[in-house]
Amino acid sequence: MHSGGAVVTEAQSNLITAENLSAGYSGRAIWSDVSFAFGKGEFVAIIGPNGAGKTTLFRLLLGLQHPMSGHLGIFGTTPSRGNPHIGYVPQRHTIDADTSVECLELVRLGFSGTHWGLNPMAHHDRDAAIAALEAADATDLAHRPLGALSGGELQRIFLAEALVSNPDVLLLDEPLSNLDIRRETELLHLVNNAVRTRGVTALLIAHNINPLLPHINKVMYVANGRIATGPPHEVLTSETLTQLYGVQVEVLKDPHGNVAIIGVEEHHGDAP
Amino acid sequence: MSISLNLIADLQQIWQYQFMQHAIEAGTLTALFAGVTGYFVVLRRSAFTAHAFSEIGFAGAAWAVLSGISPLIGLLLGSNLGGLAIALLGRRAANRDTQIGIVLAFSLGLGLLFLSLYAGYATETYSILFGEILGVSYDQVIETFIAGAAILVGIGVIYRPLLFASLDEDVAEAKGMPMLALGIAFMIIVAVAVSFSVQVTGVLLVFSLMVTPGATAQYLSRRPSRAIAASVIIALVATWIGLFLAFYTPYPVSFFITGEVFGFYLLVRLVNSWLGRAKASPASILRPRIDRSG
Repeated sequence: MHSGGAVVTEAQSNLITAENLSAGYSGRAIWSDVSFAFGKGEFVAIIGPNGAGKTTLFRLLLGLQHPMSGHLGIFGTTPSRGNPHIGYVPQRHTIDADTSVECLELVRLGFSGTHWGLNPMAHHDRDAAIAALEAADATDLAHRPLGALSGGELQRIFLAEALVSNPDVLLLDEPLSNLDIRRETELLHLVNNAVRTRGVTALLIAHNINPLLPHINKVMYVANGRIATGPPHEVLTSETLTQLYGVQVEVLKDPHGNVAIIGVEEHHGDAP
Repeated sequence: MSISLNLIADLQQIWQYQFMQHAIEAGTLTALFAGVTGYFVVLRRSAFTAHAFSEIGFAGAAWAVLSGISPLIGLLLGSNLGGLAIALLGRRAANRDTQIGIVLAFSLGLGLLFLSLYAGYATETYSILFGEILGVSYDQVIETFIAGAAILVGIGVIYRPLLFASLDEDVAEAKGMPMLALGIAFMIIVAVAVSFSVQVTGVLLVFSLMVTPGATAQYLSRRPSRAIAASVIIALVATWIGLFLAFYTPYPVSFFITGEVFGFYLLVRLVNSWLGRAKASPASILRPRIDRSG
């Protein structure tokens, strides 16, 4: 589903909506007056410099933080903490190298870790965990200790952990950082697969738009206290980005569809 | 009493003494809940924090002895206050080795002052610091039973959320788990477990039942339920053998328990690294395959 022309069922099909939304900490806005709408099965890339407020948007959607003003809706209501329909992979998510617990257990906890009491007989969550590992192409990692995984393997386990509860929305905070190009491509294919086959709406924070371009429906640029949202061909223009950044920006495209944004600092590295 | 080659006869001989009965009962109960709690202490990297509890508990126990009340009350009070404070400061605070170390040193000093003011200085100090399992009374066995049951039920209730929060704090929090309440509940469980373990091992040797079996178990199984079982078995066997050896030799029980768990820890690490090297070879049969059974 692409935005723009779809007028008919807009109201029902939009899973996430924001109207004149502002967010920040202790009275200071990070970004303000933002409006957007994401529908079921959309894959959205969120791009912007460190500290621009990308993770803040996730925190708002998870109900870990409240908007300063404006309205944010998810599944037709306001966000609240512990929503089981959201799968979440936090940023710079690492596991202690000494952890000997097997991967299957973590994925399983993504399914039933919020339940109190013991469940010695439950095979249901084990089956769900194995299915999620298959979806994340990580069945071979099931019995490996968490502490022994590489960055790419760990991200696949985190994806499985997020997918195991069958979420409608996936929030992925920089899952591609520290991955080489091959692992990056593999992980994006897996996320894209989940989006297409399960109808999941995925929001993915990244630093570089190019590897995402073949998969995404929309892109969200966060900079300068403002956010520009829309289909890539609308947002990735010299005009839109010049307006967003407030300095002259040139968007160049190569024959393969890759873009180069000239005029703003590229944000591949991770500052402090 | 002298050891014979007949194990049954030896055990019968040990069981004739009431102090040995009580020691075996209290030791078995302690090994059970210390083994279970210890797995989580190690998983959450709270070993140093757990140790700090016992030293704060020492100050509490010393104060209790001076005030003429049961040292156990002082231990429980001290360790629970310490646990509550650390839980309220959050998990990052639990990793502040320096601050914990400073409080720990001061607690020991404070405990020493209290005990020096007390007339029976030497014996009380010795039994709180190094344990006094051979002097456990029937009432203490009952107390230990109640505490142990409470600890096991408590861990049973928070088992899955605690495991989840220990492995993946951020996601557990986003999923709506009450992290602060969970942290407090766990710290109180550890504080109670430490207080009762002190009867067996003493303040200074509490690691031998609370940490070493849990740490060894992490190398024995990748599944938490099996690792917890392994941790309990190590603690149990070490306690039983320790009591047996101490009965027939002039050496303290605590020494045998600490020595056994340490020896077994070394053995497991050695075998583990040897297997690790074997696993790297192409003809690996040791790596488990995925299966859909239990």
